[in-house]
Amino acid sequence: MGAGLGKFIRTLQLDTRLLGMIGAFLLIALVFNVATGGTFLTPRNIFNLTLQTASVAVMATGMVFIIVTRNIDLSIGSMVGVIGMVMGLVQAFWLPEIVGFGSPVIWIVTVIIGVALGVAIGALQGWMVGYLMIPSFIVTLGGLLIWRGAAWWVTRGTTVSPLDPTFIKLGGASGTIGVTASWILAGVAILATVWFLIHTRRSHLSHGFAVKPLWAEYTLGAILVGAIAGITAVINAYEVPTRVLQRRFQREGLEMPEGYTEAYGFPISVLIVIGIAIAMTIVARKTRFGRYVFAMGGNPDAAELSGINTKMLTVKVFALMGGLAAVAAVIASARLASAGNDLGTLDELRVIAAAVIGGTALAGGVGTIYGALLGAFIMQSLVSGMGMVGVDAPFQNIIVGAVLILAVWVDIVYRRRTGDA
Amino acid sequence: MTTPLLEMRNISIHFGGIKAVDDVSIDVMPGEVVGLLGHNGAGKSTLIKILSGAYKKDAGEIYVDGKKVEINSPRDARTHNIETIYQTLALSDNLDAASNLFLGREIVTKFGLVDDTKMESESRKIMARLNPNFKRFNEPVRSLSGGQRQSVAIARAVYFNARILIMDEPTAALGVHETAMVADLIKELKAQGLGIFLISHDTREMMELCDRVSVMKNGQLIGTERVEDVTEDDILSMIIMGKNPKREAATA
Repeated sequence: MGAGLGKFIRTLQLDTRLLGMIGAFLLIALVFNVATGGTFLTPRNIFNLTLQTASVAVMATGMVFIIVTRNIDLSIGSMVGVIGMVMGLVQAFWLPEIVGFGSPVIWIVTVIIGVALGVAIGALQGWMVGYLMIPSFIVTLGGLLIWRGAAWWVTRGTTVSPLDPTFIKLGGASGTIGVTASWILAGVAILATVWFLIHTRRSHLSHGFAVKPLWAEYTLGAILVGAIAGITAVINAYEVPTRVLQRRFQREGLEMPEGYTEAYGFPISVLIVIGIAIAMTIVARKTRFGRYVFAMGGNPDAAELSGINTKMLTVKVFALMGGLAAVAAVIASARLASAGNDLGTLDELRVIAAAVIGGTALAGGVGTIYGALLGAFIMQSLVSGMGMVGVDAPFQNIIVGAVLILAVWVDIVYRRRTGDA
Repeated sequence: MTTPLLEMRNISIHFGGIKAVDDVSIDVMPGEVVGLLGHNGAGKSTLIKILSGAYKKDAGEIYVDGKKVEINSPRDARTHNIETIYQTLALSDNLDAASNLFLGREIVTKFGLVDDTKMESESRKIMARLNPNFKRFNEPVRSLSGGQRQSVAIARAVYFNARILIMDEPTAALGVHETAMVADLIKELKAQGLGIFLISHDTREMMELCDRVSVMKNGQLIGTERVEDVTEDDILSMIIMGKNPKREAATA
């Protein structure tokens, strides 16, 4: 049986580490579901979990590149803080004076300024790491203090609120796309998946490479399509509470029809995460930049001898991380509908933990985007699950810390077994 | 007298106060194998790294086909069709054979994305020629044997139409059979008209494969001799004593 399953997994060419993580996640989810008497695995809680994970998940994809190139970025939580504050100021005080309150350009300009600031800060830190050869641990430890201080200094510690109403939608808590659009997106995703599988197979066949047996392709396709449809169905099952709907109809002076229901659909922030995850996966696997990131992580000297400018590459990787920290700042401040100077506090540790739990090796050269996303989701599930069960905050930290160490140890044992170094 | 394919003239480089290479001139003709010999630290690898763009020389000139060229980076060297097989192999262990082979020179699709399928297909073609036993294309090179890793490094140098090939200890990590394969390859490439610089500690191997040998000691060039003009003992004494007994005798 065990051998049969192993052969089945090999034929499908599935990543065993990914399967292990999904298994761990399902185990955590089931345990909490029992402990909470069935509320953990409700559409409502899963919806909230995705919302809470979004900003950490966005940054975890960038942290994969940072760690793969044998660096670390401890400053991202503070960057979220300072970028959130600057974006708060821009949309609440500066732009309304120029373009008028509630103007539709406010959120766009705000996001552009935020991302530009994030890229600039990241590039500056990357330049110090790459060109001045200061260890990234030190540069970003300094950054952690500097940018948190700057976040405070921007408004002398006052929280900026309210934020622009369109901007707030990006946080997902009050910005969802509804059932129909969610299903349309799911349909597009399914078509893209099927096209990708067919395209890969054809391309391999045309070069005479070995391909999986057809039944394996169908099984893999069915699993992926099922996963996309399943997740969409779960999210779409979370309905807007009747009282909220009644109030909305009242506001518009209408009578709510009997039995009327409406679901939220995918939160915009979660769509941003999915979009970034897809883009980062393509960057990692299919672009020269991504190839060089991994080559440098595997052997910096070899990368350099192959004509890769590893200094500039370091700047780019940190700049990308900065840009993603800005996106995370958008999601985090929009979700809270305010920008406080403590926004993003300790996020760097959550993000690093997510990347590492997701199989990114601190020695460099190894890591996947989907692993980091799952890592982020596992972390958040643990934290909110414990919160729901009523575990005291200090114990939550103890458990999360222990899980982090355990996850890395399991990963080390796994790599030793598979000879994956 | 034809123009050398490549000529390094009066090359010097310092590391701190140490002259690692001191006013050294070497050259190679098309279809010629020039051996570089000397103790560890004699400056062979440093000289070669100047040619491959890994180090920047402090003084001296480099000529390709009699034309002066500037080599300030590995990329520059590659544009002049100078390819290097490093002693360390310079492979990214976490990447597969094709990714290493094309590292820095990936084949891209019309959308600018790396074309892994095409690169693997090209890798299979060149490997079929260099090492027909090589089958593990989809594994990171860290899981390959020393010989297989060596063939990836060689394939990388040969694939891109090298004109000048630098081989730093290409057989140090290899077994008897694989060493013979490398020797055959060197002869084949030589027949194709490449100029090859070969670094090795194995004097006998050098006598067999090279047309000329240049001996270095303490960063300086002791001398360059045609292999048929010298014995293995002459070369050894150049390496160890820093002088050629035959020349000494002739001038005395």
